[in-house]
Amino acid sequence: MKKDSSLTFDIFNYAVQIAITLLCVYPFYYIFIYSISDPQQAVKGVFIAPAGFTLLNYATIFKLDHMLNSFVVSVLRTVIGTAVTVLCCSWFAYAVTKNELYFRKLIYRFLVVTMYFNAGLIPWYLTMKALGLKNSFLLYILPGAISAFYVVLLKTFIEQLPKALEESAMIDGAGFLKIFVRIIFPLSMPIVATIAVFSAVGQWNTWMDNYFLVSSDRLQTLQLVLYNYLTQAQQIVNSSNMQDLNRGLATKVSPESIRITITMVVTIPVMLVYPFLQRYFVKGIMLGAIKG
Amino acid sequence: MVLPFVAMIFAFNYIPLFGWIYAFFDYRPGIPLSESSFEGLKYFRLVFEDKEQLINVLVNTLVLGFLSILASPLSVIFAILLNETASGKFRKAVQTLTTLPNFISFIIVYSLATALFSSGGLLNELLMKLHWIQEPTNVMANPEAAWLFQTAVSVWKGLGFGSIVYLAAIAGIDTELFDAAKVDGAGRLQRIVHITVPEIMPTFFVLTLLAVAGILSNNFEQYFVFYNSLVSGKVETLDYYVYRMGIATGDIPFGTAVGMAKSIVSIALLFSLNALSRKIRGQSVFQERGANGEKGFFPDVRYF
Repeated sequence: MKKDSSLTFDIFNYAVQIAITLLCVYPFYYIFIYSISDPQQAVKGVFIAPAGFTLLNYATIFKLDHMLNSFVVSVLRTVIGTAVTVLCCSWFAYAVTKNELYFRKLIYRFLVVTMYFNAGLIPWYLTMKALGLKNSFLLYILPGAISAFYVVLLKTFIEQLPKALEESAMIDGAGFLKIFVRIIFPLSMPIVATIAVFSAVGQWNTWMDNYFLVSSDRLQTLQLVLYNYLTQAQQIVNSSNMQDLNRGLATKVSPESIRITITMVVTIPVMLVYPFLQRYFVKGIMLGAIKG
Repeated sequence: MVLPFVAMIFAFNYIPLFGWIYAFFDYRPGIPLSESSFEGLKYFRLVFEDKEQLINVLVNTLVLGFLSILASPLSVIFAILLNETASGKFRKAVQTLTTLPNFISFIIVYSLATALFSSGGLLNELLMKLHWIQEPTNVMANPEAAWLFQTAVSVWKGLGFGSIVYLAAIAGIDTELFDAAKVDGAGRLQRIVHITVPEIMPTFFVLTLLAVAGILSNNFEQYFVFYNSLVSGKVETLDYYVYRMGIATGDIPFGTAVGMAKSIVSIALLFSLNALSRKIRGQSVFQERGANGEKGFFPDVRYF
């Protein structure tokens, strides 16, 4: 089908794709070169190559208040949140495939239906507060532990595993938990990996729960630190913090260079897991072609 | 063994529904609901009495929603172009790089936009250097450009990722169709127009239907981060209105009333559009039979 291509079409096609790719990539490239440029030269404009070279921006941002702490909070919520979500969803998905579970279909529907309605921002806010999750690390973990979408994907996958494996294990006297741990979970790795990646990126990027319900600095995520810098840029210019940072330095950081470097730091982890992401996301969507 | 999870599903998804009750009471934070007076539909009336606000917010929500629906064929076109690329490596590289924006938070998107488009940003630097403009302009603070700018931002973020589902659909087309067309002498464009496009139409149709059904609640995070006093009249959507009245201003009953009305209209819209689609095209956005043949509205995981 590709042999008889007309040349004009190909040229047009490649040109369009290259243009779109550049549009998508350039903003990231720009903040990268800005973050390693000398801040004073960068203010005059960087476009294609960095102006000067310094790691000062990176060295400086970790001296900012809360920065390291927030980095740890973000990493913790991503790691713990993902682990909890993956385990809860896969166990739940396995359980609802079992005929031995009373009200199996009802329980499954009870969950699936949650995909179609949403009580809204204020009831969510009030409920979380009433459940005592305000200013608690558990707010980052528990509400997302069971997700209808992930359970549907997992259940679909588990249902098409060969039944014989499970039956023979059962004859050997294994219980449901043992079968889950030894057989079902390891066999479900392709879909589990997909969900782990979905969930990890989601955790890393989420900030609304932090914004609305966590006022404690100790639990602030990296995303929110960046948001605060963005919305309070002007204050930071005048803040003593910035002047302190620049005291005694030959090259001085600027509010822009700090903001852009924080953006880079928040983006880097996503870029690092990105090669895996791409593979599993496509797979996740392809898997959807199997009946839910 | 599943009981704790059922309890969690109930706590985080169903209990908030009881929060709708706040729309009927003169509730203020700090005073328990039992001591607040029952006001009936007063707050719903108030929402409709503040016509100017409501209309403005509805117009913004609908315009922004329709603009992104209008832009959605771009993902289809992009998928077709990707599919027509002979070099697999090139296609993979393009696909990988164009999906990257989908995986970053809107805070980062906003930060990138600030770096590029604000008064001291890259674009202004460049245009000033070229002497095309004398004064820096800030597109993020320009109410006339706000709708288009927000649409451009969501296209930038979603184009690559949005094309994956269509690529999957194209990959599912029976290759015999293409071979037969080739034998009949159909050129490349003809094959795209007469085979690829019609074959992925059902996917496009379902996604568009879901987008229309979700039009009242899209991209809250995006408009939230891009919101500022200059463009507030253009990017304040229903969700933002709920936030502003209910949380920022603290009028919880009013905000809840707006949110509740929105949720109900949304779900009604989804099911009535689906009913219409079944009638007209015989196509449902749901998997109406589960894996074991049980009846119900199961999500089609390709689309949700």
